[in-house]
Amino acid sequence: MINARELSRTFRTRSGPVEAVRGVDLDVAPGEIFGFLGPNGAGKTTTLRMLTTLLVPTAGEATVAGCDLRRDPVGVRRRIGYVAQGGASLPQAQAGEEVTAQARLYGISRAEAEARGRDLFSRLDLEGLWNRTCQSLSGGQRRRLDIVLGLVHSPQLIFLDEPTTGLDPQSRANLWQHISRLRDEGATVFLTTHYLDEADSLCDRISVIDHGVIVASGTPEELKRQVSGDAVVLTLEDPARSADAAALGAVLDGADEPVIDGAQVLVRVPHGAAVLPHLLRDLDSKRVALTSVEVRRPTLDDVFLSLTGRSLRDEPAA
Amino acid sequence: MSFFRETWIVFVRSLRLSIREPVWIFIALAQPIMYLTLFGPLLKKVVQSTPGLPPGDAWQVFVPGLLVQLGIFGAAFVGFGLIAEYRAGVIERMRVTPAHRVALLVGRVLRDVVVLLVQASVLTLVSIPFGLRAPLGGVLLALLVVALLGAAFASLSYAAGLVLKTEDALASVLNGLAIPILLLSGILLPMTLAPKWLRITSDVNPLKHVVDGVRAMFRGDLGSATTGWGLLATVALVAVGLLVGTRTFRRESA
Repeated sequence: MINARELSRTFRTRSGPVEAVRGVDLDVAPGEIFGFLGPNGAGKTTTLRMLTTLLVPTAGEATVAGCDLRRDPVGVRRRIGYVAQGGASLPQAQAGEEVTAQARLYGISRAEAEARGRDLFSRLDLEGLWNRTCQSLSGGQRRRLDIVLGLVHSPQLIFLDEPTTGLDPQSRANLWQHISRLRDEGATVFLTTHYLDEADSLCDRISVIDHGVIVASGTPEELKRQVSGDAVVLTLEDPARSADAAALGAVLDGADEPVIDGAQVLVRVPHGAAVLPHLLRDLDSKRVALTSVEVRRPTLDDVFLSLTGRSLRDEPAA
Repeated sequence: MSFFRETWIVFVRSLRLSIREPVWIFIALAQPIMYLTLFGPLLKKVVQSTPGLPPGDAWQVFVPGLLVQLGIFGAAFVGFGLIAEYRAGVIERMRVTPAHRVALLVGRVLRDVVVLLVQASVLTLVSIPFGLRAPLGGVLLALLVVALLGAAFASLSYAAGLVLKTEDALASVLNGLAIPILLLSGILLPMTLAPKWLRITSDVNPLKHVVDGVRAMFRGDLGSATTGWGLLATVALVAVGLLVGTRTFRRESA
């Protein structure tokens, strides 16, 4: 559905050229939910804007929904839907009228446009809001309206840029269901996010972009397997003993260098549960008192940390 | 052709948004009507006793100026609306459709022209009780000029809005341009009163010729050279406005 090779985009700025995207390869199969992850400024949105014909690549080639990005951008536009990060509805406009006008710009007749719009309203729980102004909708409703605007021409491929950012947990979970259903109905979904739980529970495959290059691709499981083993996290009663605890952790079978963070000691081992009895006995014999022990399976956040040296979660808003 | 269909869709959508808040259409009329009622009466004596004015009575000199002013400034501020749409993501949403990008501009410009024609007609009708007398043909031609002028300035304003992307920047540009345009076009007082250097300076301003042309139309001098120059200047402004607007809307990242 998407095949991109060496896609690049350099912006000219006053302080010199900025290579926002540097040779990205992407392959998205029909019918999958593809997650595009990366911290702010990594090149996610720039890549998305290139794939949706809003930006012309400075180098590279791509085929999107069967059309060549450079030679047939209008063909691409006909076949894709795009839901931008910042929303797409004018506060004072009427929701239903915006949807109808949007559909008609795709060449759909007025009657058909309204029928499709009303159908999507009911499917995305927006019933009864057709004649309301966009500003009178709640945050979650307005986000779903953005999605209706991106779906009203029944695209084969839908781009969602940070679809759940700024939504409350309930609206997020609700939106995830709608996104999964799009795939179940045969559409391909390309979404960017910086919520790892979102990528983990929603996406069939993921690519991680950082500093404009793809640093990893695969299913969430494959990526998690790349991070060697489990994290054993010890929380000590006395932070002064953390060096002793770390020394015991370091000699475990296949252990990485332990990380000390105050009263917490984290050590990564291939099989967390298997080393635990032995470790606890050693700690006890050295009289290192614990308040808690946790064995953590690798999360996508760990993947992210090991790939980019940064945690997505702690990342300050850019 | 799909271009006209798309233009129509954008036009109808924009017009609906304007009609939903008709109060703005009439607030925009407040300024010219205030000039008409509070400044117009002062001119009557001035016109009678000042040599060097173009022919015609006070209202035939003054109302055309107000119409041109409405055409310019009614349209020049539409860029603010575009910035609001841009910020809301509407422009981008329309740019990922297969619709012709110029249709996104022209549809909006047509809406502005319609709104302007309503305003200009109201202004002309309101002038009649004050004492305006002008031949119908001339007035209709003048309204056409106002419409074209509006198209030119709306197009330029949209282009400026799309490039500048912030209200602050657009406001600075408009403020910087408004005063010289106003003073060098003879909108308030005809440039026939100006000293030579000022008259030559204003001759470079196409809007001065538009104002003179519209005054000639209000006198009924439809065949005169002044009318011709006014029409020519208007057409030139429309060409420049649409060219700039079209190029800006076609640009990829705008």
